[in-house]
Amino acid sequence: MSNLGVIISLLVIFGGLTWLLFRSIKGREVDRRVIFVFIFLAVAAPILFPITFQEHASPVVKGLFDHIDNLPPGSRVLISFDYDPAMAPEVQPMANAISLHCLDRGHKVVFMSLWATGQTLLFNTLQDVIRPEFPDLIDGVDFVSTGYKAGNEGVLNVIVSDFKKMFPTDVNGVPLDSAVIFDEINSCADFDLIVALGGGRPGPKEWVLFVGDPADVPIGVGVAAVVAPQLYPYYPRQIIGMLGGVKGAAEYESELAHRHERFKDMAQPGLKMMGPQTLAHIVIMCFIVIGNVVFFRSRRREGR
Amino acid sequence: MRQQVPLLITFIVGSLLIVSVFIPPFGDLETTFNIWFDIIAVFAFFLGGGNLLRVHINKLRKRKRDWGFSIVTIVGFSVMLIAGLFKIGNPGDIASAVDAPGSLFYDIFNSVQYPLSATMYSLLAFFVASASYRAFRAKNREATLLLIAAFIILLGRTPFGMMLTSWVPDSTSLLQIPNLAQWIMNSPNLAGQRAIMIGIGLGVISMSLRLILGIERSYLGGDK
Repeated sequence: MSNLGVIISLLVIFGGLTWLLFRSIKGREVDRRVIFVFIFLAVAAPILFPITFQEHASPVVKGLFDHIDNLPPGSRVLISFDYDPAMAPEVQPMANAISLHCLDRGHKVVFMSLWATGQTLLFNTLQDVIRPEFPDLIDGVDFVSTGYKAGNEGVLNVIVSDFKKMFPTDVNGVPLDSAVIFDEINSCADFDLIVALGGGRPGPKEWVLFVGDPADVPIGVGVAAVVAPQLYPYYPRQIIGMLGGVKGAAEYESELAHRHERFKDMAQPGLKMMGPQTLAHIVIMCFIVIGNVVFFRSRRREGR
Repeated sequence: MRQQVPLLITFIVGSLLIVSVFIPPFGDLETTFNIWFDIIAVFAFFLGGGNLLRVHINKLRKRKRDWGFSIVTIVGFSVMLIAGLFKIGNPGDIASAVDAPGSLFYDIFNSVQYPLSATMYSLLAFFVASASYRAFRAKNREATLLLIAAFIILLGRTPFGMMLTSWVPDSTSLLQIPNLAQWIMNSPNLAGQRAIMIGIGLGVISMSLRLILGIERSYLGGDK
């Protein structure tokens, strides 16, 4: 049934696009509402009739994956949720996969957020992903959430030298002095890895500038696709690995399922979203071709 | 006097922060200033909330254009504020997080703000598609280069890119579309981004110096 749905959807989309191509060869413009309908179909069809693809981690994703995999168990990892619900469909799958990976490897994880909205999204990860997968892990011993702190780069400037000065308690008001996980953590320099998730400001770039470089801590990032090109100047020396958009999340999930038996059957929202993204990209490319056909035809006509 | 005091504060704070970076005994100053900034940032929340209410209540009172949306804003703001301040439905005690799972704040966030924000952002796909049809045309050599690069990146970000060029031998693997896409990101994109970053960096230094020395005064308002 699902395969039939996929075939019918593809026939409708590509049949329609061919019809539009012939129309444009005859010199007729395409109304923007028609474009909207095609994008809607391209995104909706793979959601209704899932299309899944095999993904392989690219070197830029593998850089972060391997670093987490190779850290000795008990290493201290800081994960910062610096994003909002708009970016969440792209970034939350990365956050979930990286958090699961770190905890599975036995690392001690500190969660925090520089965005007010990030704290609730962090709760979602703790509640929906970490608790069910690792019911035996103890809050304050194996992981802790310090929640959100206002102040943007100001917060980073302080925690780079004294973490508890900015975060005296965890998100539930429990003093960090009583959290076992913080016995050997005084500042960001005491972390073995920092993972900055987000895409806005403050975000991964600020983590590199205000913490990664001054404290000499490796930084891994997960960002929305539109932000990824801006971070390439930092890779691979200041950023050890980067997950960009849905594709980055899908590659990480695929690598996790491939290399860790425990996560073979885990939910893979990133991989699921690759179907709509792939089809939407192809439809956009077809529209670029159709748009150029119209352009060259009209230019030739004007030339005559 | 109204101009001199802010200029003096800017000069002292700016100079001290520069000193704290370069002269180690003054290093703690930076932390102190950042904590002060954090405290001031909290007051900015009050100002922001108050200003939002003032603007929309005014709009509502004067029945300005689209005043109906102001009702939605005020109701939304008030409901979230009350849910957060009084921690309605919060399973923890008074010290627990405002958005702890189970609280009204958490539920509204996840069932209203999350889908609305994600939907707004997703609309980009429609506008990008429309813009790519209307504006992405090979009008000249530069536009054609951009078009080709966009095609490769778009294909490289999908599994089709690999499928189409998996036949390319390993010795010329750079010609495989995903690798080509990676090369575009790693080389031409990186060079451009670095140039932009260096430019921005120099601009920031110059603007900061102008602010500290009182040459740039537009932040004070007025003509000067």
